[in-house]
Amino acid sequence: MTAYLLKRLVIAAITLVLASMVVFAVLQVVPGDPARLMLGMNASAEQVEMLRSQLGLNDPLVLRYLHWAIGLLHLDFGRSYTYSVPVLDLVRERIVVSLPLALIALALSTAIAIPVGLYSASRRGRAGDVIAMGVSQVGVAVPNFWFALLLIYLFAVWLRWVPAGGFAGWKAGAWPALKSLLLPAVALALPQAAILARVTRQALLEVLSEDYIRTARAKGMPYRAVLWRHALRNALIPVLTIMGLQFAFLLAGTVIIENVFYLPGLGRLVFQAITQRDLIVVESVVMLLVAAVIAVNLLVDLSYALVDPRLRSRE
Amino acid sequence: MSLWKSVLAAAVLALASGSSALAARTDLVLGMVLEPPHLDPTAGAAAAIREITYANVFQGLTHIGPNGEVLPDLAESWTISDDGKVYTFKLHTGVKFHDGTDFSADDVKFSLERAMAPDSQNAQKQLFAAIDKVEVVDPATVKVTLKHPQGSFLYDMGWGDAVIVSPKTAATNKEKPIGTGPFKFENWAKGSSVTLVKSDNYWGDPVSLDKAEFRFIPDAAAAVPAMLSGDVQAFPTFPPDAVSQIESDPQLKVVVGSTEGETILAMNNKKPPFDNLKVRQAVSYALDRKAIIDGASGGFGQPIGSHMSPSNKAYVDLTGKYPYDPAKAKELLKEAGLEKGFKTTLKLPPPSYARLGGEIIASELRDIGIDAEIIPVEWAQWLDQVFTKKDYDMTIVSHVEPNDIAIYSRPDYYFNYQNPEFNKVIEELNLTSDEAKRIDLLKQAQEILADDAVVGFLFELPKIGVWDAKLTGLWENSPIPANDLTQVKWND
Repeated sequence: MTAYLLKRLVIAAITLVLASMVVFAVLQVVPGDPARLMLGMNASAEQVEMLRSQLGLNDPLVLRYLHWAIGLLHLDFGRSYTYSVPVLDLVRERIVVSLPLALIALALSTAIAIPVGLYSASRRGRAGDVIAMGVSQVGVAVPNFWFALLLIYLFAVWLRWVPAGGFAGWKAGAWPALKSLLLPAVALALPQAAILARVTRQALLEVLSEDYIRTARAKGMPYRAVLWRHALRNALIPVLTIMGLQFAFLLAGTVIIENVFYLPGLGRLVFQAITQRDLIVVESVVMLLVAAVIAVNLLVDLSYALVDPRLRSRE
Repeated sequence: MSLWKSVLAAAVLALASGSSALAARTDLVLGMVLEPPHLDPTAGAAAAIREITYANVFQGLTHIGPNGEVLPDLAESWTISDDGKVYTFKLHTGVKFHDGTDFSADDVKFSLERAMAPDSQNAQKQLFAAIDKVEVVDPATVKVTLKHPQGSFLYDMGWGDAVIVSPKTAATNKEKPIGTGPFKFENWAKGSSVTLVKSDNYWGDPVSLDKAEFRFIPDAAAAVPAMLSGDVQAFPTFPPDAVSQIESDPQLKVVVGSTEGETILAMNNKKPPFDNLKVRQAVSYALDRKAIIDGASGGFGQPIGSHMSPSNKAYVDLTGKYPYDPAKAKELLKEAGLEKGFKTTLKLPPPSYARLGGEIIASELRDIGIDAEIIPVEWAQWLDQVFTKKDYDMTIVSHVEPNDIAIYSRPDYYFNYQNPEFNKVIEELNLTSDEAKRIDLLKQAQEILADDAVVGFLFELPKIGVWDAKLTGLWENSPIPANDLTQVKWND
């Protein structure tokens, strides 16, 4: 187990270093000058040049990379060109929106998907299964921003139960803040739940055709108990893998939903930084996300060992 | 003021507001599409900075009014020497910055010199280029001497880039703006909103609003439900393509006004075949402005025939110079030796007027045999490739700076246009402060640009505002980027 963990950690570290080089290199070839963008069309070339050197954009490439990478090691993520505040401050403001949103959406999606998957698998081919899978097919196909707009018109414009968008901030209290995350979380969770339900059903069906399930049934164990105790536990590995991927997506890949609900999340921070060529913000936030994805994958790998004792003893 | 006095004042205020419990509301949430990068209008070009701070937080010597007129602001009056070179401003007294420091002539000197300095980040440094020296005569009088007369100087000092800042807070205005205006900065929740509240030590006429929140809503699809649900009560610059979904709501008002944004089809005047006047004229004849306005801005916006806003006093209607006439356009191409047409490119920045307008223009050009390949670009790419490197054939963009006809005389501007005759007119304009003479020169300048068909002149960008029908005082037009809230109030 320790050797397994150690190996995983070394791989994670190497991935981080390689990712930092790729991220840095890619952003150097993107056309556009942050200084010109900040000063606009009426500024003279000399003035733009002055700002470039103030921002340190004229230093040699390798030097800039090293400066940035070494800073990262000290948890110094640099200063935003456009906002002129430390990148870490920007991230801190956004993560208090993105992380709760991702967690709520993931919890919702799991709470819907696992029961539906269980139900469908146990009624394979019967009317309930066909309907559930039909609905989930629609859930997979419907774009989440369109679904989000439906939710807004229903709950914000017509019923006026929740605000149409925006984030109240945690200072305004837990309930107003959660209320503004409710619709976005539902809009994010349902398509994810649809995918997860299908994966759960498929994994269960595969397990259910195994010999040991037949043995369990043959010794007189009730079907429901077989499903919960033997089948679900063994079907969890693909489900956990998908959940890990979904969490990574929910943390940063939600820029469209953030735009529709005008939430100040991480996805929008990166998106704005890209259009404003705030390279240092893009580089640093992308690196943080890479680290988050790697960490989640590591956790998922470790959780395999929890659900499957064989993985624990193998190494 | 002693403690007791302020307590008393607060009590009186509380009574006054309590006694009129049914009084109109005093808070307002405004929607904006773009979030500003920071909040210092003297250190960045983004219009969103001015749309929050201009006239609300920061004030200048002069102030541009709702219809583009020059009004006194921190300077209550001024005199101009006969040679047009010395401006003496008489300043208001008793003015305080939001942090409590007194405003005086020293702050004016500091602000102007800071904008002119070699390391200045001011995005409109040219406004201050003519200033020779700034002298403090006494705490309430400041004398500005110019190197040469600058006819538009009083107007120029009304720009957001020329607001007066305090030396104590100049360096931190980006994050925490401190000005002399009726509203002071309260909070900026990045990615969400900026909140301003009424300043209790404001020197001028009191304002009606106690609190104004600017909320950033990037998506047009989200702006509609935000207005319909009442979460946001005013959207001063609403996305034109979404207006039709708002118009049927009787509680909301749609107000169409003008901006200073000349939307043009720019052509690279040095790059063949656009170096040929006949080709540029052919392109101009090929443009059906009505169709372009319908498609690119939902039918809102006035057609233009030169680089001047129709709301400007000096405007001449030159749209008749090149009316929509494809046959004539083909004939001109033939005369230019391009009977079979040619292939070219059209680079389009992100705004919808460019992307939508570009499709229509490309199809209109195809009718006369010009095959324009559409290349969508981001703003950063546009500034880099088109504006800085001049690597383009044609592009569509709106020039939103007010009174900016002089850009055609800049030696290295991206149009690559050079006409000594035009430059002479602009030089003379710069040295003239007589209003009638200036108008005459501006008219001449418009004529020359139209004759030379420097670019394809399309339309004046409209300002489409949507707000609650009970609100009054918001600007209908947008002579400069601003959301001046000083006159805004709720009426019941």
